[in-house]
Amino acid sequence: MTASISSLLYLLSAVCFIMALRGLSSAATSRLGNLYGMFGMAIAILTTLLTPNISRHGVILSGIILGGSIGAVIAKQIRMTALPQLVAGFHSLVGLSAVLVAGAALNAPDVYGIGMSGSIKALSLFEMGLGTAIGAITFTGSFIAFGKLQGLMTGKPLSFSGQHLLNATLGGAIIFLLFIFMITESHFIFWLLTCVALALGILLILPIGGADMPVVISMLNSYSGWAAAGIGFTLGNHLLIVTGALVGASGAILSYIMCKGMNRSIFNVILGGFGTDSATTATQAVCAPDRPIKVSNAEDAAFILSNAQSVIIVPGYGMAVAQAQHALREMADHLKKKGIKVRYAIHPVAGRMPGHMNVLLAEANVPYEEVQELEEVNNDFSTTDVAFVIGANDITNPAAKSDSSSPIYGMPVLDVEKAKTVLFIKRSLASGYAGVDNDLFYRDNTFMVLGDAKKVCEEVVRGL
Amino acid sequence: MDIQNISEKAAKIQEAAQSLIEEASSLRAIAKSILEKSHTGTSAEIDPFIIGLTVFILACFIGYYVVWKVTPALHSPLMSVTNAISSVIIVGALIAAGPSMESISTTFGFFAIVLASINIFGGFIVTQRMLAMFSKNK
Repeated sequence: MTASISSLLYLLSAVCFIMALRGLSSAATSRLGNLYGMFGMAIAILTTLLTPNISRHGVILSGIILGGSIGAVIAKQIRMTALPQLVAGFHSLVGLSAVLVAGAALNAPDVYGIGMSGSIKALSLFEMGLGTAIGAITFTGSFIAFGKLQGLMTGKPLSFSGQHLLNATLGGAIIFLLFIFMITESHFIFWLLTCVALALGILLILPIGGADMPVVISMLNSYSGWAAAGIGFTLGNHLLIVTGALVGASGAILSYIMCKGMNRSIFNVILGGFGTDSATTATQAVCAPDRPIKVSNAEDAAFILSNAQSVIIVPGYGMAVAQAQHALREMADHLKKKGIKVRYAIHPVAGRMPGHMNVLLAEANVPYEEVQELEEVNNDFSTTDVAFVIGANDITNPAAKSDSSSPIYGMPVLDVEKAKTVLFIKRSLASGYAGVDNDLFYRDNTFMVLGDAKKVCEEVVRGL
Repeated sequence: MDIQNISEKAAKIQEAAQSLIEEASSLRAIAKSILEKSHTGTSAEIDPFIIGLTVFILACFIGYYVVWKVTPALHSPLMSVTNAISSVIIVGALIAAGPSMESISTTFGFFAIVLASINIFGGFIVTQRMLAMFSKNK
């Protein structure tokens, strides 16, 4: 196969990847899009295997089969609630692959046609170093994010004094080492650069708390793309460059949407804004227990729901933790049988990754058209009888609209308090992730139903 | 005597003129080759990095416009599918693992192939699972 033909096939593959993303513009076309993606990947792999300087097909194929079967088993077995950590884990693999490919290119530059060992072009060295640095940050950063989401380590922000200074120093060191590497082509500097980037990846994600994970995962998604693009520049492969740019742009847009959903800048999230603020506000929240709260139970909730004409369900991370989506849908089915209008309101940052709630509700067979986004549904709360908040907290806090001293001030929230009655399903009266007391608990029209989200839903179903 | 002198001088001048002609023609050849070289170096051949950069920037724009069109409900599948396609880095791993002579770089390549394959299969399958849930509820 000549270089021109393989370039054309790579182009075809890149077009397939664009079509894969294009397909996600609606649920109807999305599965076809995914097939495009698989087709594009198959073309890319076969084209590369057919280039003349690849000879050890047996070894390569066994590697693909080994990795492929591991991946297939994981993907088939994983529970939908564990999706965020799965994606984080997968990102870390892309990062590590990028480091390995860059290392291979440094050791055998002739294979990639970028010169001989000892006389690689400075520009290629720069791209190689950049690719490995981003790859290494993606690897350890995603690994830490995985650990936090999986519950292997505390989801709380871990911070220590001098953290920002240390991170800035490491960042500076990466740039410095990158230039030294460009001039010297020293293998030692390359691996030192990789180690510093690995350390920076860990330190960047450690101070970021659980509820900021949607931003972190999107950001790491973006990084994995930029790493692939960096490797693409090193190898002079346009397919890698195009795909890397697509993925990088996608992750960047998702990060932007998530940050907007929290009314925070990306820098604020990366630098661990809540982690430092919440220490003071959290204590305030604990100090205000004497305000009256109406505590209700599942039977009362069932009675209130059955007398309603319209219900909006507001799910949050608590629903995912309790695996309550099936019980919730069953409850909604009972309500619909009584002729009650049921809808779901999804906040952009509900859950631990973009679109997390949508996937869980889809898993529980909730019809697509009943699930609405913040902007679509927010004006309807005032004409709704019951807002059923299940496992969500900060995204419903009215303080975000009124209290300028609140850490979440300015964040777009769902106007649940405008509904005639608010049923708030919660495990305890503890404050939400941001450590902010939720004013909603003390409102006259709010009834707290304390307990595990799944159990409460099941009891409500019995009550109905 | 005078005539002989003159004819000798004329011969010398002729020789000098001849050598000047030769020198001029060699200079012309050098100038021509410099001109050709400078052409191939600047305008006729573009640095591959610039072509790569062009492709990169255009792809960023395509990504930007395509991803804004993605419906928010499908943001999770978007993450898993972009995760799967970013494993196209396997192309680099295949090239590294390809040569028949075993070396440190073929070992790196092999491990990168395994990791990227986990991602490719895992990413596409989990996306497929998610999308199947969305479309059955239509």
